[in-house]
This record gives sequence, C-alpha cells and structure tokens, in this order.
Amino acid sequence: MSTNNTSKEVETTGHVWDGDLREYSNPLPSWWLWTFYGTIVFSLIYWVLYPTWPIGNDFTKGIKTIEVKDEQGKVIYDGHWNTRALLLDEMRNSPAALRQKEGIEMVKNASYEQILASPEMMSFARSMAKGLFGDYCAACHGTGGQGVLPYFPNLADDDWLWGGKVENIQKAITSGLKGNMPGFPTIQGQALDDLALYVLSLSGEKVDAAAAERGKKGYAMCMGCHGADGKGNAMLGAPNLTDKVWTVANVPGAGSIEGMKQEITNVIHKGIKREMPAFGHRLKDYEIKMLTVYVHEMGGGK
Amino acid sequence: MSESAEPQLYQSRIPIHPRSIKGKFRTFKTGVLVLAYAVFFLLPWLRWDRPVGANQAILFDIPERRFYLFDMVIHPQDMYWLAVLLIIAAWLLFFVTGLVGRAFCGYFCFQTLWTDLFMFVERWVQGDRPARMRLLKAPWNGEKTTKIGLTWLIWFLIAVWSGFTFTAYWVDAPTLFVEFFTLQAPTPAYITTGLLTLTTFVMAGLAREQVCIYMCPYSRFQTVMFDKETLLVSYDYPRGEAEKGRAHLGKGLKTQEERHAAGVGDCIDCGLCVQVCPTGIDIRKGLQIACISCGLCIDACDEIMAKQGWPKGLIRYASETEIETGKKPSLLKFRTIGYGVALTAAFIGLTYGVLSRTPVEFSVNQVRQPLFVSLADGRVQNSYELKIQNKTMNELDMALSVEGLDGVEIEYGGNVSQMKVPAEGHRNFLVRLKMPAQNATGQQPFRFVIHDKGGALGQFERTAMFNSPNR
Repeated sequence: MSTNNTSKEVETTGHVWDGDLREYSNPLPSWWLWTFYGTIVFSLIYWVLYPTWPIGNDFTKGIKTIEVKDEQGKVIYDGHWNTRALLLDEMRNSPAALRQKEGIEMVKNASYEQILASPEMMSFARSMAKGLFGDYCAACHGTGGQGVLPYFPNLADDDWLWGGKVENIQKAITSGLKGNMPGFPTIQGQALDDLALYVLSLSGEKVDAAAAERGKKGYAMCMGCHGADGKGNAMLGAPNLTDKVWTVANVPGAGSIEGMKQEITNVIHKGIKREMPAFGHRLKDYEIKMLTVYVHEMGGGK
Repeated sequence: MSESAEPQLYQSRIPIHPRSIKGKFRTFKTGVLVLAYAVFFLLPWLRWDRPVGANQAILFDIPERRFYLFDMVIHPQDMYWLAVLLIIAAWLLFFVTGLVGRAFCGYFCFQTLWTDLFMFVERWVQGDRPARMRLLKAPWNGEKTTKIGLTWLIWFLIAVWSGFTFTAYWVDAPTLFVEFFTLQAPTPAYITTGLLTLTTFVMAGLAREQVCIYMCPYSRFQTVMFDKETLLVSYDYPRGEAEKGRAHLGKGLKTQEERHAAGVGDCIDCGLCVQVCPTGIDIRKGLQIACISCGLCIDACDEIMAKQGWPKGLIRYASETEIETGKKPSLLKFRTIGYGVALTAAFIGLTYGVLSRTPVEFSVNQVRQPLFVSLADGRVQNSYELKIQNKTMNELDMALSVEGLDGVEIEYGGNVSQMKVPAEGHRNFLVRLKMPAQNATGQQPFRFVIHDKGGALGQFERTAMFNSPNR
C-alpha cells in the first residue's frame, strides 16, 4: 500500500543531483559492520595457525602442527599442519582404513579354501586385488588379464600353462616363471608341414588325415614336454595341444588351415622363450594371496 | 524527516520490547510452539524395535548411510525422495504464501518459535514491556544484574538443550547423553551442539528481528509471491483514518457516531498494535518487509475494539483489493490452482516412489576386459559381476537362473554355491557363463533372474548381453 507511505517523508542522505534526484539513507545494521571486522580477525588468526602466504618458493607454515602415526604407533609425520598430512592420517587411521585392515587380517588368517567359499572375503580380496593387478600385472597381462599373443598368456580363460590351482598361481607370482621351447630348425619342408598338421589334428581341426598320420612320427621329438597324448606338462609349462586354447600360435585368428599351419610351423622352427619376473620380494604375502584369488577367479581356476 | 549534515552509515539495533497480548492468534502461535517443541525435543528419545540397525525411531546415520524413519529405512539409492520432499516443501510455501502471505514466518519458522520462547523467558523473569524498559534504563545494580543474568542463563540452557537435541538426531540419543556429559562424546558432537547453542542464543536472544529483516532470504522472496488478492495482515486504512486521519479518544470523539461526524476514523491511536509487534513495526504504515505476519497486532486491535464496543477487524487478514474496494475477492485464482495441482502431483509422485520401492537392488555388470574368452573345450565364456543389495531386515537366500540362452552353464566364482545376502547388506557375486561354440554367435541378449528362495519377495531380473567372437 504504497499510497500510505507518501504521508511520511523518507530519510535521505541529503545529497541532491540534477535538482531532484535524492539518495535514500538506509543505514546498515552495525552488527553487520562488526561481523565484517570479525572476518578480518578470523583471517589474522588463520594466518598465524595455518599455512597461508607464499614467499618466493616457500610459504608461511603457521604454528599449528600435526602428528601422524602408523600402524605400529611410530610417528611418520610431525610438522606443520597441512591437508596432505591429514590424508596420510586418513589413509592409516580413518574408519575406512581400519575396516580395510580388518579385511586384510581376515584374509591373512584364512586358507584359500575358506576365502573362495566366503562371498564376503571374496568380495574384499577381489576388490583390493583389482588395484594390485592394475599396478603389477596389467602392464603385460592387460587390465582384464586378457594377455597379448604370443607374448603374455591370457589369464581369463580356463587353460593354465603352469597349472590353475591356487598353489600353482601363488608360486608363479612369488617366484616368477621361465618358459622355454627350443626351436627345431632342422625340421624342414614336408616333415615340418606334416608335423604342424598333426599338431592341429590333436585339437580336432579338420586336416588332411594322411599328412597328419605322417607327421605323427615327427612328433616323437615333442613328446618329452608335450606328452605322448599332447596333453602338455604343467611342471614344465608345456601347453596342452589338444584343447582349443592357443597361447603362442594364433591359430583361432588364422582363418584357414593353411594359415594355422603357418602359425604352428613358425613356433616349431623358432621355438619360444618367455619369462615372468618374480614378485615375491616386491609384494606382501597377503597381497600375493589376494592376487592369487583374483587371478584364480578371472577365468576359472582348476 | 531531516536533512542531517552527516547521514548515518550504520545503525545500532533499537531494542524491541513487545508487550504480551492474548487473543486467537496468540493462542494459535502458542499451540504450534508446544506441538513443534514436543515433537522436536521428544522424538530422538523414542525407541523403535528393529531386527537389525539402530533402535531409535528417527535417526540420520551418516557413517552407515541409513536414515531411519520409524518402519522405513532409507538407503542412499532413495535419496531422490529428499529432492522431491524439498520440491514439495517449496511448492507448499509458494501455495500458502500466495493465499495467506507469510504464514510460515509468523507461525512455523524456527526463528519465530525460538524467539517466542526466549521472549516468554524474558517476560517471566523481567516482567512485561514497561518493566523491561525500566530495567533497561536502570543503572547496573543487583536487581538488574540478577534479572538479566538469570534470563541469559535460562536462554543458555535452552540453547544447549536445543543444540544437543539436534545432535541427537544423528547419533544414538541415550548413548550421546551419557557420553556428552562425561566428556567422552566425539568431537563433531560437541562442535555441532556448540554451534547450535551459539546460533540459538544469538539469533533468538539477541538478533531476533534482525534475522528476519537482514539475514533471511525467505522474507524477501516470499514477499514477491503476494498479489492483490493475497490475504495479508492489513490495517483497514479507510476505516481507521476516514477523511481526517486517526485521533485519540479526546473530548467529543468518544463514540463512533461523534467521530464519524467529525470525519475521524476508528483508530484511536493507542499504539498497542506497535507495542505488541515482535519486529517493532507499525502495521498502519502498510505492508512492509519486516512484517512476519504473526497476527499479534490483530489480537491487540481486536481487544481495543471490543473494549470500545466497536466491530473488530480494524486490523485483520484482508487482501489489498478488499481494503481498497470493500469486496472480498475469490481465493480461487489461477496461481492457487496452479500451485495446488503441482503440489498434488509432486505429493502423488513421492507417495508412489515410497510405495513402489523394491526391497532388493539388483545390478549386473559385465566384465568387459576381455568381453569373452574361448575355453579349452571350445566353449565361449562371459563373466559378470552381480551385485545384490538387501534392503530388508532379514538375510536373503537368492537363487539365480539365466533365461534366453541355450545350453549355457552357470559357474559361480570361488566355491560359492549359495547367493546369501545379509540383512541390510550387499554382496558381489562373480558369475561365469559358458556357452557351447555352436550356440555362440555375435551378441545375444538374455536375462539374469534372481528369486527369493523363501518366496516372499518374488523375483527380480536384469537384462545383459552375451558376447561371442564373430565367426
């Protein structure tokens, strides 16, 4: 009801422009001013307590200090207050970090059978090992363990060169592996082709039966490692030639029998040398344990 | 008023000493206050039996990410309810404000409630308006020190208890009570209680109307929701002022007839409406930002009018149109209907959301690196992470099946053979599907179906894709 207000004159600052332009005087409440002074005082106190001003390559540290202790109660940081120290503390002593410790203890004290049978421990071990796998294994084996032919084996399938039991996997991670198949440059020509076709026939590829039969004789040289029946030998890391998984020769990707044969003859001719480094000295026991479970579950251990 | 040489840039607060008054609005305000305080102060102490989780009826458990509201337990997935609730609150405010002005400010706002309570305390210790004004002017002596000290002490205790009660909504109240007073409560509890104590004391005891006038954004934006039909606490200007303005009950101006003959309005300028106002304004100057529309000036004026034997309602809830034309406009306007419809829709939406909540959250993530692998026997394998969240208070035993894939074998990660999910918990399950090579072609959509073996919850399904090499 603005009409009512005209009866009273409104207070102005007394300034007049252009003859009739006036400025209302609406004074701020004084507590407002005091609040502003309060913020100035606050910042002064803050400057004294906390890191604040940059000076060249350095900065004012403030007088507030912080002390961070590790699991054993040893002081790992003792200095001026900063958020990195807070993070350090949180990584060790926050409720989440303590819960993680609890989970680690649980895994430490459990056998593989117990871990594998417990959805709770499995969830924990797998989520933690995912990070470890990314840090230590994924550079070669890929983030999902898919590997790279012919260099790094696929961990996500159910074929295991060195055995798919948890003990085998743990040993591989701890001590590393050396895989070695010598080349056979002396086998050449028809004999080489026949041998390659025989190897293909082992895993059920449809090849010329007569040629395969001829190649069977040449296979005698391979039996020492791959076995008389071609089933391989996990002690030596010699692959099973009778299954559908190929770890060196890219048989599934070759497209034709001729291509597959070429892949196989290459391997027989040149041999293969692969090495996985040992991680036993780099990883803690419980980390290896969790990685073992993780790798075991990637494609299905045996 | 003045053309002073030095205009003031800052102004100290002018103390306001509202006189107490009786009337229907005072009764209503007191009623709201008692009800609101009964709820706020007692609710944290109400216990509630649950198979798992806290036994407090209302508990906002931030570390465990659970909101307990009686029989309902709200999980983080349901947090959109909060958004809808806030939308409802906002629209309700628009709806009500468009109809009857700042009803929230006058009767329900916590600033109003606590200020009211603190004023009760003030009056109880120091006496009503004249006594308080006298005390303020008096030199500091024993009586003044005692009375002001006692007032502040009671204010402080109320403030502490308000702060403590707020904190008790976030942790177990009886535990907090013991820990708090044996100095063993967690630091955040002391900080929260301390901050709330400080703000309660300062805002309700010292700042009061300054909060409404200078700090509160709602007072500003509620004002723009008024229109000419909105019911506001209004002074009936034509009736009160007539042609010659208001006048005291002087000689020859005693009765209404005499005053009307003299051209004087019904307002006897007693000033009671100003004296009872908690924000210290004169409602006769018309609508202003400081008016929280608490209706106490209506009570005051009605009392005077009744004493004079004149009709009540010189100050009353009336719209601008009504004051100007004398006609009561319809409250059923487009704005009211619009807000009403929106409000109803939001309310129905929230109710539907709450009622249709599933007791189990089930999600499927395919392991994408690698999407598929060939197995030794030639089959193709895809792996999936199944996450089951159990929102019920009992352990769930789920059975899994796959629909839409021929000849597929299901293998669980690890030696896990049962999908048991603890009450109020979640579990991740690794599941591998093995498909014979002759059935595996391209991308095949299918469904994971889980059902409660107990049968009480029915079944839940998620679609997923089975990927095979293109052969």
